Amino acid sequence: MKKFKLGRVMLIAVIAFMFVLTGAVLQPTFAAGKKIKVAAVFETPIEEPWVNQIHVALLRAQKELGIEYTWSESVKSADFARVMREYAEKGYQLIMGDAFGAERIARRVAKAYPKVAFVFGSGIGPAEPNFGVFDNWIHEAAYLSGMIAGKMTKTNKIGVVAGMAIPEINRLVNAFKAGAKDVNKKVKCKVSFIGSFFDPPKAKEAALAQIEDGVDVIYAERFGVIEAAKEKHVLAISNMSDQAKLAPDTVITGPVWDMWPTVKYVVGLVKAGVFTAQDFGSFSYMAKGGCYLAPYHKWEKKLPADVKQLVEKRKKEILAGTFRVDIDESMPKSDY
Amino acid sequence: MNEILSQIFQIGFFAALIRIATPLIFGTIGELFTERAGVLNLGIEGIMMLAAMTGFSTTYFTHSLWLGILAAMVTGVLAGLLMGLLTVSLGLSQHVSGIGITLLCSGLSFFFYRLIFGQPSSLPKIKPFEVVPVPLLSKIPIIGPIVFDQFALVYIALIIVPVSAWILYSTPWGLNLRTVGENPRAAFSAGVSVTAYRYQGLAIAGALAGLAGAFLSMAQYDAYTFGVISGRGWVCIALIVFGQWDPWKSAAGAFLFAFIDALQLRLQASGVIHVPYQVFLMMPFVFTIIGMALVSRNARVPAALLKPFRKEER
Repeated sequence: MKKFKLGRVMLIAVIAFMFVLTGAVLQPTFAAGKKIKVAAVFETPIEEPWVNQIHVALLRAQKELGIEYTWSESVKSADFARVMREYAEKGYQLIMGDAFGAERIARRVAKAYPKVAFVFGSGIGPAEPNFGVFDNWIHEAAYLSGMIAGKMTKTNKIGVVAGMAIPEINRLVNAFKAGAKDVNKKVKCKVSFIGSFFDPPKAKEAALAQIEDGVDVIYAERFGVIEAAKEKHVLAISNMSDQAKLAPDTVITGPVWDMWPTVKYVVGLVKAGVFTAQDFGSFSYMAKGGCYLAPYHKWEKKLPADVKQLVEKRKKEILAGTFRVDIDESMPKSDY
Repeated sequence: MNEILSQIFQIGFFAALIRIATPLIFGTIGELFTERAGVLNLGIEGIMMLAAMTGFSTTYFTHSLWLGILAAMVTGVLAGLLMGLLTVSLGLSQHVSGIGITLLCSGLSFFFYRLIFGQPSSLPKIKPFEVVPVPLLSKIPIIGPIVFDQFALVYIALIIVPVSAWILYSTPWGLNLRTVGENPRAAFSAGVSVTAYRYQGLAIAGALAGLAGAFLSMAQYDAYTFGVISGRGWVCIALIVFGQWDPWKSAAGAFLFAFIDALQLRLQASGVIHVPYQVFLMMPFVFTIIGMALVSRNARVPAALLKPFRKEER
């Protein structure tokens, strides 16, 4: 008899507790009022350079645009739909993320929630009514980095260590090569892929192999390459974010992808209630501030003035729209 | 073609080969101890991951590399003992427990990493192991810069192979361990504790897997990232089959794998052979599988591998 009573008491307690909980959960939603709720769903941990740039921009939006921001990382394809749906059901108005591995899943879920804005990193186009896309269109800054590499190499051998031969990476590598060749006809470029987005020990070995063969400026598309360059005292070009801190004497500069213009624009649209499915890719171009060349830091003084001038001139032409960096998404190959 | 070969086979190539082989040697030799005792430790991949994290974090806060190594090894031992609890004491399926340990450890490593470091805007870094040239020996032409101009952990890996062969084949402890893996009932009748030896095998396997993980995050690279192991633990499991459960042959397998990996990185970058880069990346695995298929025909698998020992059973 006693046991039964205890059970009943517990049941009541649990129910009461649940009421309190739901109250607690619901409260901030009401209190938040007009604050836009943004969620991000990432396939990898936020350390992944690509994903990190989206995350950083959204954190900035949290501070400056007053949005409410939550995210889920390491969401594998099998869970992708569930996590997206959870956010949509919870009343998030904007859901962002990278959809490369879950392209179809993301699009299918988006269709089920036409009132929610979905903006995903994707290699293909937007889908009406509510699925917008963006991508890392930072080939212009990669081209400028290539110019510096072409000018700074003494052996006329430069190299790239990249993750996988996908369009997003290919166009950067090809732009880098094109930049180097435009300023130095004699330059030859090696390209290695490590077949993974995250295996720094392997990337480092690939870089060391290139350096052994005379490469003296190396484009670190993935993590692990700058460390090799530093160890062997050759120069490096970073990628995605400003990584000069890792090795100030090694890293000259590098293309930086800034998602801020994209995020700012998209949040503005959602806030105004005028969001439509679009390709937001152009917000990652240099002209919109979506990508730029990382500051030279220590190299401000070390980089020869003529090289700086050359780059500055080309940069102005790109910004003015009078010079266009070709988008070449074919698989890059080693020259020698 | 000759030009390319002479371009590839330089001192740097062989030095890279030894560097790539080092974590594989640690993992393989460790795994050998537990498999010779009759327990397949599929937890190795996760243990390497967790140990890479604990080793890195310890060094990050204490600035002592060797303390980090110790932490990595202790992590490995603890995970190994947990594996022992499941497979030796409880006699559960070794496959399932091993995969479980890998899932648990890789989950934990990421969980603790977030707990300790939060979401850093740039990767936390340590000052990693530096190359330690051995006095005199490193001056020998060719061999010197290849073998004796490496990380301290590389020397340990090179020493561990003969030492473990000696322990396994020439000490009473090694005889007991092997007997436990071949015929636990006979060992039990002779008064050898099967349980104790299997736990010991797992502890050694854990410690060495920990070393392998720490090598990757503390010598080869200077940060812990989630892809730092990238399947190298699974390679170790294959190398043991390739090496027919023998330390010398398994180490040879590790060198073969590393040889082809170092080679493919150079061939791929050389741009002379026009095949998709994936073919190059596949090469070490393909050759290991081919080698395994050829060699493992006459392999003698420890007879009691995968079989839990219950002393009451007849």
